[in-house]
Amino acid sequence: MSIWKKIELSMRERVLILDGAMGTMLQGLKLTEDDFRGQKFAQWPSPVQGNNDLLSITKPEAIRAVHDQFFRVGADFIETNTFNANSISQADYGLQDHADDIAMAAAKIAREIADEWTAKTPEKPRAVLGALGPLSKTLSLSPKVEDPGYRAVSFDEVVEAYRSQALAMFDHIDGFLIETVFDTLNCKAAIYAVKDVFSTKGHEIPLLISGTITDKSGRTLSGQTTEAFWTSIAHAKPFAVGLNCALGAEELRPYVQALSKISDTYVMAYPNAGLPNAFGEYDQDADEMAGLVKEWADEGFVNILGGCCGSTPEHIQMIADAVEGMAPRNPPKIEPALRLSGLEPFALTG
Amino acid sequence: MTIQTANFINIGERTNVAGSAKFKRLVVDREFGEALTIARQQVENGAQIIDINMDDGLIDGVEAMQTFLNLIASEPDICKVPIMIDSSKWEVIEAGLKCVQGKSVVNSISLKEGEEAFLAQARKVRQYGAATVIMAFDENGQAETADHKFEICKRAYDLLTKEVNFPPEDIIFDPNIFAVATGIEEHNNYAVAFFEACKRIKAELPYARISGGLSNVSFAFRGNNVLREAMHSVFLYHAIPAGLDMAIVNAGQLTIYDDIPAELRECVEDVILNRRDDATDRLLDVADKYRGGKRRAKVEDKEWRSGTVSERLSYALVRGITKHILDDTEEARLAAKRPLHVIEGPLMDGMNVVGDLFGAGKMFLPQVVKSARVMKQAVAHLMPFMDAEKEAMGMADISNGRIVMATVKGDVHDIGKNIVGVVLQCNGYEIIDLGVMVPAEKILAAAVEHKADMIGLSGLITPSLDEMVYIASEMQRVGMDMPLLIGGATTSKIHTAVKIEPAYEDGPSIYVADASRAVGVVSTLLGEKKDEFTQDIRAQYVKSREAHLRGQTKKKRLSLVAARANKYQLDWENYTPPKPTFLGTKTFKDYDLSLVRPYIDWTPFFATWELKGRFPAILDNNLYGEAARDLYKDAQAMLDKIIAGKWVRAQATIGFWPAAKMGDDIQIFEDETRKEPLTVLHTLRQQIEKKSGKPNFAISDFVAPAQDYVGGFCVTAGLDEEGRVQKYKDDKDDYNAILFQALTDRLAEAMAEHMHERVRREFWGYESSERVSSEDLIAEKYAGIRPAPGYPAQPDHTEKTALFELLGGEEATAVHLTESFAMLPASSVSGLYFSHPDSLYFGVGKIEKDQVKDYAKRKNMELRTAERWLAPILNY
Repeated sequence: MSIWKKIELSMRERVLILDGAMGTMLQGLKLTEDDFRGQKFAQWPSPVQGNNDLLSITKPEAIRAVHDQFFRVGADFIETNTFNANSISQADYGLQDHADDIAMAAAKIAREIADEWTAKTPEKPRAVLGALGPLSKTLSLSPKVEDPGYRAVSFDEVVEAYRSQALAMFDHIDGFLIETVFDTLNCKAAIYAVKDVFSTKGHEIPLLISGTITDKSGRTLSGQTTEAFWTSIAHAKPFAVGLNCALGAEELRPYVQALSKISDTYVMAYPNAGLPNAFGEYDQDADEMAGLVKEWADEGFVNILGGCCGSTPEHIQMIADAVEGMAPRNPPKIEPALRLSGLEPFALTG
Repeated sequence: MTIQTANFINIGERTNVAGSAKFKRLVVDREFGEALTIARQQVENGAQIIDINMDDGLIDGVEAMQTFLNLIASEPDICKVPIMIDSSKWEVIEAGLKCVQGKSVVNSISLKEGEEAFLAQARKVRQYGAATVIMAFDENGQAETADHKFEICKRAYDLLTKEVNFPPEDIIFDPNIFAVATGIEEHNNYAVAFFEACKRIKAELPYARISGGLSNVSFAFRGNNVLREAMHSVFLYHAIPAGLDMAIVNAGQLTIYDDIPAELRECVEDVILNRRDDATDRLLDVADKYRGGKRRAKVEDKEWRSGTVSERLSYALVRGITKHILDDTEEARLAAKRPLHVIEGPLMDGMNVVGDLFGAGKMFLPQVVKSARVMKQAVAHLMPFMDAEKEAMGMADISNGRIVMATVKGDVHDIGKNIVGVVLQCNGYEIIDLGVMVPAEKILAAAVEHKADMIGLSGLITPSLDEMVYIASEMQRVGMDMPLLIGGATTSKIHTAVKIEPAYEDGPSIYVADASRAVGVVSTLLGEKKDEFTQDIRAQYVKSREAHLRGQTKKKRLSLVAARANKYQLDWENYTPPKPTFLGTKTFKDYDLSLVRPYIDWTPFFATWELKGRFPAILDNNLYGEAARDLYKDAQAMLDKIIAGKWVRAQATIGFWPAAKMGDDIQIFEDETRKEPLTVLHTLRQQIEKKSGKPNFAISDFVAPAQDYVGGFCVTAGLDEEGRVQKYKDDKDDYNAILFQALTDRLAEAMAEHMHERVRREFWGYESSERVSSEDLIAEKYAGIRPAPGYPAQPDHTEKTALFELLGGEEATAVHLTESFAMLPASSVSGLYFSHPDSLYFGVGKIEKDQVKDYAKRKNMELRTAERWLAPILNY
């Protein structure tokens, strides 16, 4: 049986666990500019410190170690270290031509360590999700206040960036995760790209999508409600849809609940470890976070739980322990209806 | 958060260069800022989807579509609604799809260039995540007959669902609306063919929707907008039942079907339905007469005055116009043999039209009440003549039937009863309205004295339920068998079935849910099918009773001991209750209502008028938006007068006392020494078995065991209201009487909200003065609660006694408590304040005998008395 077949069986029995924050873990290593450059980019003309994705090439053992720690505490899925491994985001470092190499290196590291753990615990197979991040440029918003019709990037360029990244990872991963979506149009371009890759490759792999509600207004950065967001991306027929980042579990709860009610697919959620404190640090302790997300499992809102910014292996372990043995959400059957959306959802009923 | 839903969608057409010359000019001149204003107006006017079309020889479609959609994306007022990307060119559509984050509708693709191109486009639409319109167009051209239209749609449906896995619910067919009355014989059946195709699509292609471009149908009459709008209206009237789900239409310019002059409507209908060979010629003959242009309303205004007196009376009744009613009635009286004939003839004819329109859902309650006002004024004019005639000839009264109506003893709420009364009067029934707080013996005596055909009882507060049971048993005791109608907010079918009907075995007891049902029930009871109907009702109630009994035994309740063990545990150790700024009471006399006005929650106001929906969305409701807007306008005008003219006086009394929890009760102390309790507030605990960790609440859970405080309030916005209501009624103006009562009711509720905010910020002072939006207020998003005795968190009305004593009684509050603990004036609200941030509203639900016994003991009350007051929530 393939890894994903087994995952699908487990989905019906328990709440599965996604990993925690890669960035937070790497920050803890206090890496220097030289660490980021490694040998390969020692002569690179501009600074690259902070380009965490580049570490998959220049310091692979650090990435591997983070994945290993999350698997050790019980994660079923890890995300590849590819949040910015696309040509548009890498262009900030002048590394756009290396974006595909970075993405592929990250996917390979994740694959190796996942396979090692699957061999160790065959009853609990481990899967790799190829992360497609939100890009440093966005399709629904103008960066120029005086010219609201201006766009820094075109739909076709965004599709191309995602397509290239997705192709580079495809052979090494179990599924795609389009995540931290704060502009639904970027997400739709990513969906478009992934579907193209599926037809190029001749087969499909699972697609998961996770949006970001930016504040208590309950809207994405591009202004959509949770319901409108789901309506806009439901055509992707994702394996799971979810919410992550920006908010802690306490603040995220109503939107997870809303999503759980309206989506006919699995629901995932991986909030931040609370809201950032005055120093921009996430300091919600593991106990508290686990207690909050456990309620979601209690109420039957979720199928997959994990953590975003600030969540450490300790957080993931506490979450895994807290929901152990609990029944997963049973996705509701949603009556077919013409559903449309702008910033708000619309349904033609009756 | 609610999802916007609809049954028929108006798609705004003003951002379509083919539909609006102005929009086209703006796009050609690249004045996109102005163009955005047009889009915004459409959304403000209620367009649920906006159609954007840039197909014009002078315009670069791809560029214009992208530019405009990108601009719209930065306007939340506009892009909150979905967008229909409309073009006959695929490259324009695709350019548009790349600019919208929401799920849009493509308009349109078709089989015009064969299956391959069609499927390729459909796959793309799917990949972009949009729904699509499919034109009934194939390799042979646009379909004109019903068969051909359906055949193409079926073929497209099968291809899409089977080849592309396209979800059928995302398919919208456009089976081609073509121009009729063009003078070409082949065109005559186009509309009929469209309706036919719609019916077949709906019957055979599950989940698919239907759309159309409405303005095509009247293409032959360009330049004559009155006629065109009439054609659109008639077309929709027939197309919607056939299955049309949406149309591209200028929503602001649709005529109401029934407003179209009969002559014109008949001619238009002949054309649309292809009913006669000379239909087009006949329409052309009348066309010029209705070439009204934009000032149509005024033309009509004069026009109706030139009709016969019967026509004028009927028009005034349907439209609710009182302006000429006395002159017209007098004219009719002079022409009639007897004054009665005016009532039986033109007036009743007009009211029958109103009744029919109301029954058919084409008129709404506020409009009907306005019609009734016209009727009443006409009748009032005729009464002296009829009395004189009666005296001269010694004649008997006439009426369709006579109903005695009353709000029962102890209850003061009569808006609903007044509405039902008016609606029944509109239908020719005579109403003997006994008013409010009417004791049983007076109701029974009036029914006998007036030879009533039935009795109608109304009540809003829960003790009225028992009073109704008592009246029913009295009717049984004195040997009556006339029907007993039950209505009012607190009544229900289940209560009528379980409690009232068994008390009144000899006659039928019937629950009437709202005013629109009342006419049907009353006319059936007075007609030939009475027995059949009452037997049917009895059978239904037997079933209700059985279901109720089954339900009762099923739901598991906890013992009081177990419920208390699972009480709501707040962490009092680490909590310091906030201290109010004063102890004792404060009274605010002649409170300025202009401060209160912004706190009005309008949604229940519309519900009073049986217009259900959230405010302000209700103003744009497809079906009754117009009625709601008129009502809202009248309400605002009257509010202006109420406040400026000081029509009512408002008064508020609030108070705070040291308090401490004592079991399920709350001790209240006079001052901080907290020695002897001033009084004890009693609360009730939920006994339903809870799931996973949820507590069994009682209000006392929100109060600390020591050093806490409790507040209380009574606000009224109805001092002097009685006189005004009576004056309106004397003037035969029920519309304004009801409007006035509904508004003072809302003002009282708004005042409770307003005072609660002041309490939180100033008087108790535990909340910062950051402005909470009124939506948040209505959604109760703030710390602390203000539960009222008699409502779900403390269903026992008798607790008002202690509250009112604390507040200083009638002297301080200016509010009188009736024997059923209803407040007079009716526009009053009272309750308690609790400050704990985790306090919340809940419903006590049904309780068991162990708690009632305990409660009666705590309250020093006879068990039987306690059981009477708690009757609605007893689980035994």
